[in-house]
Amino acid sequence: MNLYILLALPLLGFTINGLFGKQLPKFVVGALASSLVFIPFVLALTLWSEVKEAAIVSQPFTFLQVGDLNIEFKLMLDRLSLIMTLIITGIGTLIHLYSMAYMADDAGYYKFFSYLNLFIFNMLILVLGANFMMLFFGWEGVGLCSYLLIGFWYHNPDFGYAARKAFVMNRIGDLGLLLGLFMIIQHFGSLDYQVVFSEIAKVSHPQWVYTSIAVLLFVGAMGKSAQIPLYTWLPDAMAGPTPVSALIHAATMVTAGVYLVVRSEVLYTLAPMARDLILYVGLATSLLAAFIGLKQNDIKKVLAYSTVSQLGLMFIALGCGAYSAAMFHLATHAFFKALLFLGSGSVIHGMHHEQDIRKMGGLRKAMPLTYVTFLIGTLAISGFPFLSGFFSKDEILLHTFHHSPWVYGLSVFSAGLTGIYMFRMFFLTFHGTYRNDHYAFEKVHESPILMTLPLMVLAALSLSGGLLNLPHYLTHSHSEALAHWLEPLFVFGDAAVHVEPSTEWALLGVAVSVFVIAFVWMRQKYVVQGRVAENDDQMSGSAKLLAHKFYVDELYDSLFAKPLQALGTWTYRVLDRKGFVAFTDLMGKVTHWKGQTLARIQSGNIELYLIIMVLAAALMLGIELFA
Amino acid sequence: MNTVFQQVDISHYIYLSTVLFSIGLFGVLFRRNAIVLLMCIELMLNSVNLLLTALSTYMGDAGGQLFVFFIMVVAAAEAAVGLAILVMVYRNTRNTTVNFLSNLKG
Amino acid sequence: MSALPIPFLVLSFITILCALYVVTSKNPVHSVLALIVAFFSISAHYVLLNAQFLAIVNLMVYAGAIMVLFLFVLMLLNLGKAAEPIKSNAWALASAISAGSLLLILTAAFQKSGEQVYRNPSETVGLVKNLGKVLFGEYLIPFELTGALFIGAMVGAVLLGKRDSGDHESSALAEEKGASS
Repeated sequence: MNLYILLALPLLGFTINGLFGKQLPKFVVGALASSLVFIPFVLALTLWSEVKEAAIVSQPFTFLQVGDLNIEFKLMLDRLSLIMTLIITGIGTLIHLYSMAYMADDAGYYKFFSYLNLFIFNMLILVLGANFMMLFFGWEGVGLCSYLLIGFWYHNPDFGYAARKAFVMNRIGDLGLLLGLFMIIQHFGSLDYQVVFSEIAKVSHPQWVYTSIAVLLFVGAMGKSAQIPLYTWLPDAMAGPTPVSALIHAATMVTAGVYLVVRSEVLYTLAPMARDLILYVGLATSLLAAFIGLKQNDIKKVLAYSTVSQLGLMFIALGCGAYSAAMFHLATHAFFKALLFLGSGSVIHGMHHEQDIRKMGGLRKAMPLTYVTFLIGTLAISGFPFLSGFFSKDEILLHTFHHSPWVYGLSVFSAGLTGIYMFRMFFLTFHGTYRNDHYAFEKVHESPILMTLPLMVLAALSLSGGLLNLPHYLTHSHSEALAHWLEPLFVFGDAAVHVEPSTEWALLGVAVSVFVIAFVWMRQKYVVQGRVAENDDQMSGSAKLLAHKFYVDELYDSLFAKPLQALGTWTYRVLDRKGFVAFTDLMGKVTHWKGQTLARIQSGNIELYLIIMVLAAALMLGIELFA
Repeated sequence: MNTVFQQVDISHYIYLSTVLFSIGLFGVLFRRNAIVLLMCIELMLNSVNLLLTALSTYMGDAGGQLFVFFIMVVAAAEAAVGLAILVMVYRNTRNTTVNFLSNLKG
Repeated sequence: MSALPIPFLVLSFITILCALYVVTSKNPVHSVLALIVAFFSISAHYVLLNAQFLAIVNLMVYAGAIMVLFLFVLMLLNLGKAAEPIKSNAWALASAISAGSLLLILTAAFQKSGEQVYRNPSETVGLVKNLGKVLFGEYLIPFELTGALFIGAMVGAVLLGKRDSGDHESSALAEEKGASS
């Protein structure tokens, strides 16, 4: 089958909805958009068995040709991109369905769906591209869609600023990615994955080349996957509609950085310094975001910081060389984080656009379906035994333990924090008493079936996602299915981990006890004692620090934004006003003066014209002859 | 056989026609009566005709003389149309000086 | 090249004299007559150059048709003694300088080009028989095109010269104006 069909369908949806969506009925717009994502999902499923160890490659055609560099427009479907494609289109379909109900009253309904389809298109290019240029193409495309969708309600200037912030932050990362691509071209003369990676595997270049390319690519990943120092855009990106947060800023786009590193496994295995950098950045991000998440009171902000933290965890895995573990966590995270975001969207929908968890409480009676599915998501992310998050997180923790004890300790601590902020949010939202004076409890309603159905599907996936990659202590015959399945793709493969079974059980015990502690503590605090998160003005020092996100935004503001603004003001006042504007004014004046002077010659006096003509002819002949 | 053109150098014909051409040009520049202007243009055309004929004979090439023939054709057409225009202009303005064209001045 | 033949000198002299008179005469009718004389002398030059066909055509077309046309128009518009606005001496000087400089440049150009001898003289090239062969052989299509040109010029002249009813009113108005001013 032609891989281009996978791309063409969402693009078709974008075109139809973008051009004619305004005239079409809402149901048609939504159903069209959803089905044009669902069909690629089905097609990708049918390809499951076809994708052998070698990739399916599409007919290439020339995309760019500059000198000796020939960049092709070429698609490639191997097992890694197949997993990404299934996640993108599968979760994408669910979220499209969900959006049909969630956005039902929005004036920009058709626009929303055309953007979503465009996003799916670009994301598929990103994961299906067979060279770095295609990846970059999709990378920029999803950045654009992210910008458009964060600022979807652009009538609110704050949302517009949030979109701009995401765009600028991503641009910084993209610069790194671009420089990385340039270095690849310079040293390997191609951007095609197969060519580049086989060249790299020959280890024919000095170490610094590998390290610097790896670091530059990681800078790109930092921007897209919201790692320190470029993570601040992701929490702000919650300004977009909730389905967007679920699809783009939790399940798919933000994992592009992980995909990039997994794809470039050869490079990173040969650049241990860059891998260490990834490990530490991931660790720091995971901890920092988890801490900030502890004191956030906006239901979506908590989830946003949780996403940053989980992405940090994935990068920890990558830093340890556990590529398939990172992919495993990427998949399960896509399930339960999409579930949690959609659940929060359902809550927001039911509460009529209230996002502050201090004003919720006791919602379990009003929204039973949302409650149950949200509970499953929370349990999955916090590591409740035998749910998806439990397996994927433990796999990563095992690798960190093998790497070094203190990395393991910090990762476990971060995982514990995950449980704490998730249960804090969960109990404050669904348990206790209802605390909103402005919106009567009776008016809180369960969401329509179109919204709860995706929740249920995702809940089922969150429950069973661990089956993808069961650890070998549970089953011998099917253990680590995902890792084995991905193995042929890697040149060097996952870092080897050998631990005693006793150690492994001890680690499991630690993980479970961390979960139990978080659960019991939060239940005691918010359910039994019935405490509520403090108001902004009652916060103590450390809580305030956390609630204000360590003042990182303010730090960036004074460190980069303010000086740049000052520079801008100076250039505007001095260079522009006094320099360029005066200069251009001068040009205008000179031209005007010349024009006025010359206009006098054009008097309409034909005899004068004739004389000038004859003299000019004589002059030209003279110059021709004697000069 | 001593025909005239074998005794006269080609350069003399060149000088003669250049002088005629310049005289016609001077007339075009100096005079204001549009009809006289047209006559001066005819004079200039004739000086060119003379030169072409002389060169044609001296080089033994019939093309030059045929060009003269065509130039005459064009000149006749030009004179007809030009005079018609002048007559019409005169009818409307009672004037045949070239200055009336300054009406076109922006 | 010691002595130029008398016919050439005389004819040249007449031609230049008449040309000067055309340009300087205040009366347009005199100019036309002088121009006719100039054309006659140019035709005589053609005879000297053994271009009999051109000499005849020149007489018929220029001196005969075109100049009579000029004369006709002058008479018709009664411009015989019409006062032409005289230009100032400055204008005359400027015109003379312009024309003179072009003359100088052209002569200088010829001088500079050196003594290229055009010597492949043929006495028969200007005969009607030879010209006709070339004209209706090599130059047949341009010749036919001149017919189209003539038709166009004729139609144009007729259109321009025709008075239609609307035109009549406006011209009558213009006549009144001319009479009052």
